[in-house]
Amino acid sequence: MRELRVTPIKNGTVIDHIPAGLALKVLKILGIGDSVTSTVTVAMHVPSRAMGWKDIVKVEDRELGSREIDKIALIAPTATVNVIRNYNVAEKRRVTLPDRAVGLLRCANPNCITNAREPVESEFVVRSKNPLRVVCKYCDRELEEIVAHIV
Amino acid sequence: MSGFRGRDILSIRDLSRADIELVLKAAKKMAPVAAGTRRSRSLEGKILATLFYEPSTRTRLSFESAMARLGGRVLGFSGTEGTSVQKGETLADTIRMVESYSDAIVLRHPQEGAARLAAEFTERPVINAGDGAGQHPTQTLLDLYTIWDEKGSFQGQNVTLVGDLKYGRTVHSLTYALAELGAHLTFVSPPTLEMPREILEHVKEKGLTFRSTHRLEEVIRDSDVLYVTRIQRERFPDPQEYEEVAGSYRVDEAILRDAKRGLIIMHPLPRLTEIAPEVDRTKHAVYFKQASNALPVRMALLDLILGGEE
Repeated sequence: MRELRVTPIKNGTVIDHIPAGLALKVLKILGIGDSVTSTVTVAMHVPSRAMGWKDIVKVEDRELGSREIDKIALIAPTATVNVIRNYNVAEKRRVTLPDRAVGLLRCANPNCITNAREPVESEFVVRSKNPLRVVCKYCDRELEEIVAHIV
Repeated sequence: MSGFRGRDILSIRDLSRADIELVLKAAKKMAPVAAGTRRSRSLEGKILATLFYEPSTRTRLSFESAMARLGGRVLGFSGTEGTSVQKGETLADTIRMVESYSDAIVLRHPQEGAARLAAEFTERPVINAGDGAGQHPTQTLLDLYTIWDEKGSFQGQNVTLVGDLKYGRTVHSLTYALAELGAHLTFVSPPTLEMPREILEHVKEKGLTFRSTHRLEEVIRDSDVLYVTRIQRERFPDPQEYEEVAGSYRVDEAILRDAKRGLIIMHPLPRLTEIAPEVDRTKHAVYFKQASNALPVRMALLDLILGGEE
């Protein structure tokens, strides 16, 4: 029998099947820093039948919004998001990369109009999902280093 | 009928091959009106707003002249001094205000994507007259008109683009359009100023072959159109990079000895040293004509968009 390295949580979210090594970036996307009020468990480099190795993030007492899930899709398109209520998986969701990433990324072009004080959200057109390539709808530039530009 | 009425012109890539051909044919019909030998009042009662957040003589004056030749009126500003922009008004707010004063808006702005943003805040058609290092679709249309008017077609023409192919917005837009129209493309630039990879990929996706070289001498004899651009100091993040490539190419009588008789030489102007003054006297030089083609092309576009003529 396998020993559980991470104990089950009562309520919250389990983000599973994160590509190995990206768990800390997922934490960044979720804004998990100093002001966290619940327990966050991170398991890195966990054996996985499907992926070889994977990372897992468990956040107690928090359910993710669709925008947060979209952001996770930008860096971990294989991830699954399980909503846990009273120790049971209440919802199982695979993250899906939208065709357009609205308000998720900041354009790297300092001269792009979306970086000026204008009342618009950034918007990127997903040109290819694997490898991920996105182009700013406004200035037409392809965004390099996508993770570094997550809002 | 044309599908142009009320339409935004933000990027040349928004226009299909049929759209481009329609504009070129309409421009040909406009040529006598542009020259003042035929009169038209097709845009009488229409008002065009020209919002130039950075100065431009050629583009602004040709839009104003185009509107006047068709009987319409123009209002706007050139440079933001004394406008509410200086008080910190957003582009979005300025556009919402100008909307109620005009039937169409021409915008030049120093930031990329400004025209697309403007179009989202108004029902009026927006024409992009240059957004930073981004798009300048009416320049591309007049470039295309010049090639078409001089050579009769695009298909199979050997078009050679020379100079700064990395930062130059006119050559990027022109490449997209010529790939759509089936021209053979050759790219000549210093190694540090080559055409961006994504544009080359686009040309390949269109099923076209192209050639890239650093030496103009190698390709001059095969060219039907030579499109020369200035290496622009202001586009270089690093001044040293500019110094290394400034003056890389010079089109003069010596290099033209190998050229085809029917070669045409184009340049978006202003030029520095990349075309020698002696070339102006040759049959090859069409760059001043190209500049004057701005008028019929912009007239045709305004007429199609504002729907003055049936």
